[in-house]
Amino acid sequence: MIGLTHYLFVALLVFALGLFCVLTRRNSLGILMGIELILNAANINYLAFARFGPATYDGQIVAIFVIMLAAAEAVVGLAIVLGIYQTFHSIDVEATETLRG
Amino acid sequence: MQLADLVFYLLALLTVGSAAVVAFSRNVVYAAFSLMGTFLGAAGLYVFLAADFVAVVQVLIYVGGILVLMVFAVMLTHRIEDVQVSNRSVGTLPALLVVGAGAAILGYAVVTTPWRTAEPVPAEATTRIIGDLFLGDYLLPFELASVVLLAALIGAVSLSRKELRRE
Amino acid sequence: MAAAYLRWIPLLPLLGAAVLGLGGAWVQRRHGERAVAAIACLPVALAFAIAVRTFAALAAMPAEQRVLVDRLWTWIEIGSLHVDVAFLADPLSALMVLVVTGIGGLIHVYSVGYMRGEPAYWRFFALLNLFTAMMLVLVLADNLLLLFVGWEGVGLCSYALIGFWYADLANARAGSKAFLVNRVGDFAFALGLFLLFWTLEAHAEATLAFREIDRHAAALAGVSLGGWSVLTVITALLFVGATGKSAQIPLYVWLPDAMAGPTPVSALIHAATMVTAGVYLVARLDVLFALAPATLAAIAWVGAATALLAAAIAVVQNDIKKVLAYSTISQLGYMVLALGVGASGAAVFHLMTHAFFKACLFLGAGSVILALHHEQDLRRMGGLRAAMPRTYATFLVSALAIAGVPPLAGFVSKDEILWSALSHGDGGLWLVGWSVAGLTAFYMFRLVFLAFHGEARSEHAAPREAPAVMTVPLTILAAGAVFAGFLGWPEVLGGGNRLGAWLAPAAAHGGAHASHALAWELFSMVASIAMAAAGIAVAYAMYVRGLVAPERIAAWAGGAPYRWLARKLYVDEVYQALFVDGVLGASRVAARADARVIDAAVDGVAAGVRGWSRFQGAVDAIVVDGFVNRVADVALAAGGRLRRLQSGRINAYLYVIVAALVAVLAWQLG
Repeated sequence: MIGLTHYLFVALLVFALGLFCVLTRRNSLGILMGIELILNAANINYLAFARFGPATYDGQIVAIFVIMLAAAEAVVGLAIVLGIYQTFHSIDVEATETLRG
Repeated sequence: MQLADLVFYLLALLTVGSAAVVAFSRNVVYAAFSLMGTFLGAAGLYVFLAADFVAVVQVLIYVGGILVLMVFAVMLTHRIEDVQVSNRSVGTLPALLVVGAGAAILGYAVVTTPWRTAEPVPAEATTRIIGDLFLGDYLLPFELASVVLLAALIGAVSLSRKELRRE
Repeated sequence: MAAAYLRWIPLLPLLGAAVLGLGGAWVQRRHGERAVAAIACLPVALAFAIAVRTFAALAAMPAEQRVLVDRLWTWIEIGSLHVDVAFLADPLSALMVLVVTGIGGLIHVYSVGYMRGEPAYWRFFALLNLFTAMMLVLVLADNLLLLFVGWEGVGLCSYALIGFWYADLANARAGSKAFLVNRVGDFAFALGLFLLFWTLEAHAEATLAFREIDRHAAALAGVSLGGWSVLTVITALLFVGATGKSAQIPLYVWLPDAMAGPTPVSALIHAATMVTAGVYLVARLDVLFALAPATLAAIAWVGAATALLAAAIAVVQNDIKKVLAYSTISQLGYMVLALGVGASGAAVFHLMTHAFFKACLFLGAGSVILALHHEQDLRRMGGLRAAMPRTYATFLVSALAIAGVPPLAGFVSKDEILWSALSHGDGGLWLVGWSVAGLTAFYMFRLVFLAFHGEARSEHAAPREAPAVMTVPLTILAAGAVFAGFLGWPEVLGGGNRLGAWLAPAAAHGGAHASHALAWELFSMVASIAMAAAGIAVAYAMYVRGLVAPERIAAWAGGAPYRWLARKLYVDEVYQALFVDGVLGASRVAARADARVIDAAVDGVAAGVRGWSRFQGAVDAIVVDGFVNRVADVALAAGGRLRRLQSGRINAYLYVIVAALVAVLAWQLG
């Protein structure tokens, strides 16, 4: 029987992979993809808790808001990436270290 | 093992496996496409969690919107010839250590926490319920969300356009 | 009664707009302007046919039950709010639909000739069709919310069409001005709508449908809101909305600037249809307004003041379209005056006749402007009578109509308004309206004499008559200006006032003055005829015979009154100073305060730090220097290492965050 912990472990794995992606990628698009993975992991958690917790729909609503925010984040993030590309002609985060101390 | 369990494991495998490709692939195009696998797998999981509407939204927004944007961004920012090694990873080992430690702690928390789970109620179609909630209890967040989206839209336009010189 | 064909009236022009908007460029490239014109004119013509059918169907019904409804779908259903997308045809809206589709169709045909050679021909017609559709939604709406959709839709189209030649900054500005000024009115409209719904929900039945509102209006009569009758507040707010669309004081300033658009647009939107939306709104909610006498009194005086002010300004304008624009504002003032004295039937009658003759005047002016290669200054026209006989004839007929010469349409409807004011017992209103009649006759004939009589003052040789596609609509409109009046021919002159009777169920006060004093009505009529004749005679004496030089009048009282009028009483300048500069100035003050306060704070902190450092310096000097230097060395070395932390690399920062998170989690669990 599939229970809550199964879902939590799937979410955990996706989250860890997303985190790894964010930490190691040098391509800003790769970093954005990692963020999407993390958001999806969070969503799986929300829906799992909504399913196995008390019978309300709050978890589903929050999940929809997360998707909405992910969309907004992706739009702005990609616009920033394009802006970076126009300025530096690269989206490698090592090429954009102009803020280093 | 029941058929439903099998399907769950397949979906979980799809989700996690594609996520692994996203995390480890050296080609940004592959990463972007396997992201679709994660999104679809997650959508399948949502259906298992009796969240049909969220699953549809997931497919529509993530696969239909965000992913397409990602692919567009890849297309706009890379010359085709250097796509092969377009997604370098640096510092893999320390990252693995940190992430592994974090994952271990979280896994420990998942296993040891005494979850008070209720017996799942029978699944029902959620679209109408969510619609009512959005226009009822969640009206204000709903409207705020639309404002946020509008702001994101305007922000994206003003960020990505070419600077216009004032005459 | 249900009538499923009603939906096609707005839908057909909408379809035309969609086709032209999406594929118009292609059609124009492949099949030329004629195809575009056909796609644009056909839906409006069909809509007119359906409108005629609707009208006939209504006429065949018993007078008390003249209602046709076409319910499409439930639009909004939240809580107690239930709004349908439904179209309603009753005598009032059927009449409006006839005016909009009929005159709109004629103007479409005229535009076929007027816009010839325009690169964005298709865009013009797409917008014109969209406008027609939105206007039809507005007049056919079954409830206030749907009306609001049309209301905003026509505002949008008006904006787009005023700035049609948007490459010219002045045109784009005029469009923005119209849009923004209208927004002020629309804001009040929306507030009124909310308040109306809220009050209805609390005291009667939650609804926004017109027939329900009419039924429950009486239940609101006693309700008060903060010491005011709630109906007064609601109607006042709705009327402010109407002043925006119908260009009344204080929101009329956008209409003269709106003349920047193509002339057919001025005729259709800014004379015949859209600007009458405010009048239509008040007439539609007649029952509600009748219960708010305070608002009605204000409405009457706003209308009268607008009529007088705009007519006075029109007298001194030299731009042919500006004269007509102020004339439109003035005539709208008449309609609003009529609404204010409870004679909404008279207002709608004048709306209809005005649509005929003002559209004809604008289109005639358009022909003149086109013949003179976009010359709009009256001082450089003249002598066009021989060159453009058909334009001259139709223009003259319409000018006679607007001046109030019997038996033309303008005379009948204006007289009914004047008589309504008088029978309402307000001599002041009548006096204002009566003097405006004189001014109207004067400025219209000043326009006619300057443009068509005398000698040619234009640099362009040999202006030619417009093509048939333009003169035929002019002729039809002129015919309307002659004959439309007979629909409402007053009883005192042996007519039946058929229009009043037609509107009576919808506009409760239409023909309500059956038992009036005959002598007074005749007096009002004779007085206004005399006034019109006097206005025309003065114009003739000044501009044809040259008996009195206009310059001498202008120089009267040191020239100050003339200057004031010529500068439109400086209203634009005052608005600029009050609102635009006011907001800018306030922001500037805020910015300066910001700079001052923040600067002061920063300076203060800096001074404090400086003082502290000086103290430190003293301590340093006293305490062993070497120790301090050692500390400094350590700090320098630490800084040198620490600066590597700020790598400017996102991943590096994330490492720190994640590592810290993991550490905190481990500590929490362990």
